[in-house]
Amino acid sequence: MTKSTARDLFPGALEMMILESLRRQPAHGYALVQHIQQRSNNLLQVEEGSLYPALQRLLKADLVKARWGVSSTNRRVRTYQITASGLRHLEQEISSFEQMFEGIALVLNPGKSTAT
Amino acid sequence: MNWLPDIFHRRKIYGDLAEEMRIHLEERTEQLISEGMSRKEAEQAARRAFGNATVLEERSREVWQMPFVESLGRDLKLVFRRLGKSPGFAATVILTLAIGIGANTAVFSVVNSTLFRPLPYPNAEQLVAVRLIAPGAAGLADFSTGLPLSSSMYLTFAGQNRTLQSFGVWRAGTANVTGVAQPHEVHTVLISDGVLQALSVPPVVGRWLLAADQDPHGQKAVMLSYGYWQRRFGGDPSVIGRSVAIDAQPREIVGVMPKGFELVNADFDVIAPFAFDRNKQQLAGFGLQGIARLKPGIPITQANADVKRMLPIWEDSWPAGVAGLKAHFYEKTWRVAPAIRPLKQEVIGNVGNVLWVVMGTIGVVMLIACTNVANLLLVRADGRQQELAIRAALGAGRGRIAWELLLESAALGLIGGVLGIGIAYEGLRLLVAIGPANLPRLGEISLDGRSLWFTLALSLLSGLLFGSIPILRYAGRRMPASLRIAGRGASVSRERQRSRDLLVVAQVAMALVLLVSAMLMIRTFQALRHVEPGFTQAEHLQTVRISIPASLIADPQLVTRTQNNVVDRLAAIPGVTSVGFADAMPMDGIQSNWNGVQIEGKNLGEDTPMRLFRYVAPGFFHTSGTRMVAGRDLTWTDIYGRRPVAIVSENLARASWGTPSAALGKRLRDFDDAPWSEVVGVVEDVHVNGVQEKAPAMVYWPSMAPGIYGPNTFDATRAATFAIRSDRAGTEAFLSEIEQAVWSVNSSLPLASVQTMQEIYTKSLARTSFTLVMLGIAGAMAIVLGIIGIYGVISYAVSQRTREIGIRLALGEQKGRLKWMFIRSGLVLTGSGVAIGLAAAAGLMRLMKSLLFGVSPLDPVTYVSVLVVLVASAVLASYLPARRAAAVNPVEALRAE
Repeated sequence: MTKSTARDLFPGALEMMILESLRRQPAHGYALVQHIQQRSNNLLQVEEGSLYPALQRLLKADLVKARWGVSSTNRRVRTYQITASGLRHLEQEISSFEQMFEGIALVLNPGKSTAT
Repeated sequence: MNWLPDIFHRRKIYGDLAEEMRIHLEERTEQLISEGMSRKEAEQAARRAFGNATVLEERSREVWQMPFVESLGRDLKLVFRRLGKSPGFAATVILTLAIGIGANTAVFSVVNSTLFRPLPYPNAEQLVAVRLIAPGAAGLADFSTGLPLSSSMYLTFAGQNRTLQSFGVWRAGTANVTGVAQPHEVHTVLISDGVLQALSVPPVVGRWLLAADQDPHGQKAVMLSYGYWQRRFGGDPSVIGRSVAIDAQPREIVGVMPKGFELVNADFDVIAPFAFDRNKQQLAGFGLQGIARLKPGIPITQANADVKRMLPIWEDSWPAGVAGLKAHFYEKTWRVAPAIRPLKQEVIGNVGNVLWVVMGTIGVVMLIACTNVANLLLVRADGRQQELAIRAALGAGRGRIAWELLLESAALGLIGGVLGIGIAYEGLRLLVAIGPANLPRLGEISLDGRSLWFTLALSLLSGLLFGSIPILRYAGRRMPASLRIAGRGASVSRERQRSRDLLVVAQVAMALVLLVSAMLMIRTFQALRHVEPGFTQAEHLQTVRISIPASLIADPQLVTRTQNNVVDRLAAIPGVTSVGFADAMPMDGIQSNWNGVQIEGKNLGEDTPMRLFRYVAPGFFHTSGTRMVAGRDLTWTDIYGRRPVAIVSENLARASWGTPSAALGKRLRDFDDAPWSEVVGVVEDVHVNGVQEKAPAMVYWPSMAPGIYGPNTFDATRAATFAIRSDRAGTEAFLSEIEQAVWSVNSSLPLASVQTMQEIYTKSLARTSFTLVMLGIAGAMAIVLGIIGIYGVISYAVSQRTREIGIRLALGEQKGRLKWMFIRSGLVLTGSGVAIGLAAAAGLMRLMKSLLFGVSPLDPVTYVSVLVVLVASAVLASYLPARRAAAVNPVEALRAE
């Protein structure tokens, strides 16, 4: 087995990023991967394929919907679009993520917390 | 919940998924090509970036699945495929389980229907049998059914009780229906008011018998059973209001009870009302069954107290009927006391004991079957050891492997269970068809929900039981080690052989217990057959019952004449050697009369012991083969002359006068003011209540004798059983000749209860023979399974040790010694099993004590014979594989590796 230098994402992180991307504009799988990699300055090494189980989960939970169409490059693609409940879910996730992040940051930098 | 449409849309979802993943890879590849890679490189790079497409696709699909159910389905498919590959193994296991589970389900259904299910009446838990005991009434042999009620008791209890919602008395009997094309006899139940109210089952047509129908001077009514209504009247509803002649008494049909309705345990054709005349009642005449529905919330103890309170009221309210009876005689001397019990207990009787013993033994058979299956599974797991080891090495967790093994056993258990239900269903149909007498509630026996739950639980439990043994052996083990062992099958692992050995030891022990119980029943049966019943050559003794109601022939003298004529006509039939009649045959279940018998010059006090009565005609003893011990038989002259004579049983003669011959010429009577009767003969004791009961002391009166309820009554034995001694007994032609002979005397006389004495005798042994057959089947299954178990283990050991045997033979080992080596290991196993089994049997057989007769639970003959049988079968079971071992060709055995 190979050792990966990169960290695994925590559960739900990929979904959150997909939803955030889709909030900006609907996209198909390949475009989503491109978008996430660019936005993260290639810091996140996501296996491209791992997007698909995440997309299926979102589809099943009715947070996104999908439709077959033709892309700008004249290719048959399946375009995903965020739903209203997807938007609500994203906002909740982001706020709980921020809380968690803050908490982790406090624990990792104890000096800072006593100073304040 | 939208998983159902999911299943249908899934094909499309999976298609879309595969398609978009493919497009993704394509797009990436093209992108990389446009960046300057060759197609081949680009494809590789794209796949690398994508990750493991197969796993990812699988995981994406899983989102839409119910993972547990689907993986279970997959695993099951695997299990079935694997079982299909070894059909011999699967068939053996499934068949063993099906028979085991089937037998258990069948017996459980009987237990459930008979013992657990409430009686088929509304709120049946409130129903009780009102009965009494009379421990102070000396001399009566059979008090097992307690003291029945008298009609005066009914009148007092019905009027004075505070705890009973409704109360009534009933009595089963027979009657003649005449005025129809063919006179026939029907089973009757006479009931008082309150019986139908207590049972609360409405009629299917018409109405109940009401209080008004109980009027001795009023209209005569009758109700029909559903079966009789269908048989005789074609289920015609307009039958209501029609008149039928029952014992020559015209009665109006007022209602029909629904299908399956039984009055407590009486299967009847017609229900007729009692018509007690208040002015003619007295204290005695104990012959009625009491039934009541308790008021809500009243416990039985309170009802008992209520009856206890009413007993003195009853004794003060009615004339004694017997001169000189002290006040409160029944309470003080007989110590009559209430013994109310749930109606269900009354119906079930003592069959509960038998059923539990049968259930227990069948359960042990199931355990033996399970150990056999466990052994098979162990062998099979041995065969799969390499596969399991490889899978473990490849990363399959212990839990995963255990789960698969368990799933296989559970699947086997369930398949066995399903087949078992089929077997149980057929078995129960057979049982009901055979209809063992004495098995109450037979018609109610069925496979109900509870039986099916029992089967399911039993199937899963047995699957778990026999499945867990290979799991403990294999799943818990460190796999690399077994991989090594399996790589080169040198000799059998001691540890594995030991678990199989333990199973065989357990099996032998359980088989021994079952064989002992079966053998004890056989010994019991032998002991019963050995008892001299008081009659001979029962198969050549034909019996028919003929009743002459007062409405047909009123004069007792004329009744006796008619009966005498019937005897003569029957005796004239070719092949008949002798004919006689009595009010009942031994063991036929007909209630005998009984009363206190005073002996001249002896017990004139009130503690006169109770004696059973029989009313007999001349020639009856000779015909049935009851030996005259002293004196002479009755003669027709005695009877027509109304001579005060009697015959007594040998035990009564010995108890009263010392020797049988000393009894001759002595006198006895059954009332203070009755004339003394002279003892003219003594006959051998007769086991009238069945051979397992002591022969009671009996007085035989002439068939025409003073009635028991008063010195001035005089009557003939109107309901009599004719005994006909002939080699032709039981044949069709003989029966029609009997019929013709009877009808040539009086064409209105129907013949009833046509059976040979052998049939009566067999019926009286029904409980014992039922137990014997059931335990016999269980014992046979146990020994067959046990032999298979020993055979399997030894022959597996032989096959595992073929190489070793080859080496031994090559080195010059004697074949005989080699055989002995294997037989010895079989005997060691048997010996350990026998030791454990003996200890268990000695403890457990005490539970069977109530079913045994004339044999101790520790009967040495039983134990020794079972030991011999078991050891002999063990030797045989290990000899066969041992012979195979000796036949091994050393060259081939060593080359085979």
